[in-house]
Amino acid sequence: MDREENLKMRLMVKSHEKPARTGRKLAQEVAVRACMNIASILIVGVMGIILVSIFYKGISAFHWTMLTEDTKAGTFISIGDPGGIRNAIVGSLYLALSSTLLALVVGLACALCMNVYMVKYPRLLHTARFLLDLVWGVPSIIYGALGMSLMVFLGIKASLLAGIITVSLFVLPIMIRAIDEVMKTVPVGLSESVLSMGSTRSELSYKVYMRQCFPGIVTAVLLSFGRAIGDAASVLYVTGDNARIPGSLMDTASTLPVTIFNLINSPSAAAQEKAYSAAFILTLIILCISLLSRYISKHYQKYRIF
Amino acid sequence: MNISSNRRTRDRVITILTYMAMGLVLLLPFVLFFGLAFKSELLFRDNSLGDLLFSSEWNTGEGKFGFKSFIVGSLYVTLVAMVITAPICLLSAIHITQYAPRKTAGLVTTAIDILAGIPSVVYGVWGMIFVVPFVSKVIAPVFGVQTTGFSILSGGIVLAIMVIPFILNILIEIYRTIPKELTEVSLSLGATRWEVIRDVLNRKALPGVLAAFGFGFARAFGETMAVLMVVGNVAQVPTGLFQPGYPLPALIANLYGELGSVPQIESALMFAALLLFVVVLIFNAALRWFIVKAEKY
Repeated sequence: MDREENLKMRLMVKSHEKPARTGRKLAQEVAVRACMNIASILIVGVMGIILVSIFYKGISAFHWTMLTEDTKAGTFISIGDPGGIRNAIVGSLYLALSSTLLALVVGLACALCMNVYMVKYPRLLHTARFLLDLVWGVPSIIYGALGMSLMVFLGIKASLLAGIITVSLFVLPIMIRAIDEVMKTVPVGLSESVLSMGSTRSELSYKVYMRQCFPGIVTAVLLSFGRAIGDAASVLYVTGDNARIPGSLMDTASTLPVTIFNLINSPSAAAQEKAYSAAFILTLIILCISLLSRYISKHYQKYRIF
Repeated sequence: MNISSNRRTRDRVITILTYMAMGLVLLLPFVLFFGLAFKSELLFRDNSLGDLLFSSEWNTGEGKFGFKSFIVGSLYVTLVAMVITAPICLLSAIHITQYAPRKTAGLVTTAIDILAGIPSVVYGVWGMIFVVPFVSKVIAPVFGVQTTGFSILSGGIVLAIMVIPFILNILIEIYRTIPKELTEVSLSLGATRWEVIRDVLNRKALPGVLAAFGFGFARAFGETMAVLMVVGNVAQVPTGLFQPGYPLPALIANLYGELGSVPQIESALMFAALLLFVVVLIFNAALRWFIVKAEKY
């Protein structure tokens, strides 16, 4: 092959290659890429704007006494300083902790049931997962409505207990799905070998599965806790209002999200300022939870069996 | 088998308890449905189903309960939200899974995680501080409209942001599970990156993408607090983007306050919840069916 022909070949290849690198196709590629970058930047930007505006408004109105004082009674209608929000924070913590615990006890059993016991009946398992998926999508306000009618039905007044039942029903599907997702990844070999050593299915679930999935369970608990503490719609009228920290289960309780909602709808400017800083505190709590769950899911991977 | 009787009884008890927990949870959807249906029965004594759904007359004092304005309001806000959020989510999902370098993808997923965690009340507060003034001072003057900012558009914007993490997570999952070979084969045949995505990946992902938008719609349809705080809550059939609306969940939340004035109110509240529940349930069930059907191809 002589030199000239070689050059011709190269030119041919180049001219063949060219349309992919220039012209209409290149323009399309560039335009689409730009659009995608804009979409991603928009998402990150919106997150930034939300955090910055909540933090900015919240910090400028924040004062330490908010954490140490209770709300003054009847402040949502009157004009003037509404006091602190200690009662709401503690009420929310009580509510979220106990309902997460309740949901964990039932939810863990459910997830284990599906992954250890019901694997023998695939059709049943399929139906169960389908029903759970349906419940998972139910909006929280419906649990609020159900909680209220349950309350009327059982004859209990608005109380911390009613709130705990409502919220635990609401986080239960979230908890089960989160644990189930982790348990699905447990290799079949593990359960087969444990069973072949002569252990019962209950031992397999509560001794082996629980330990293998421990990090997953912890993140599921934190996820549910975040949902439970942040959701207002389900407890809007179920827990009532209390200007003090609730003393017993039958006592009414204020919660942080509902307090924010009430404060911001109040006519007084001071109350609205308080709402901003209460929203800031709630966001801070949620961010801490999400950081913690990130850390745990990374850190505890090494404690798995294999 | 050589299991001691102690261990066997323990196993049996634990098994029964576990199954009981499972049964309890599986009863939940039925309890929700029948509980709400039973409670809303009172409303049907004076009103027909057609009246309830298609009349826009709402006067609790006279016992007139027409849910049309609330249903239309809900649909309107949700549709606006979906129109805003759908292209952003789709583009960003493709960007994260196909183009973005690792660090950028990590940054965006962190942002999604944070957005997913923020409670709806905080979104509502943010909407009142930021979106409502933005709509009334920046967007409305462009269209030459006067508005307080508490409008369908504000609700739609806040809602759009709230469902981004939900939809985006599903979409990323879908694009991640498409086999790599499809991309490699198409690239080796000389297609550009975008051509691969447009003609191969998107076609493969289409059912999943549609389902993700459907799930997002159902999720947005039931969102309460944030929308309630920015949408204005005027019981009328909304005709424009800048008019206030009154979605169903907001109605449920506000009706609690009127409880006790008329006996039908509680029943109306439960009917609204039932309506919401049935819509969300049908949507979710239909989408699951659709996914199962689509997976076969």
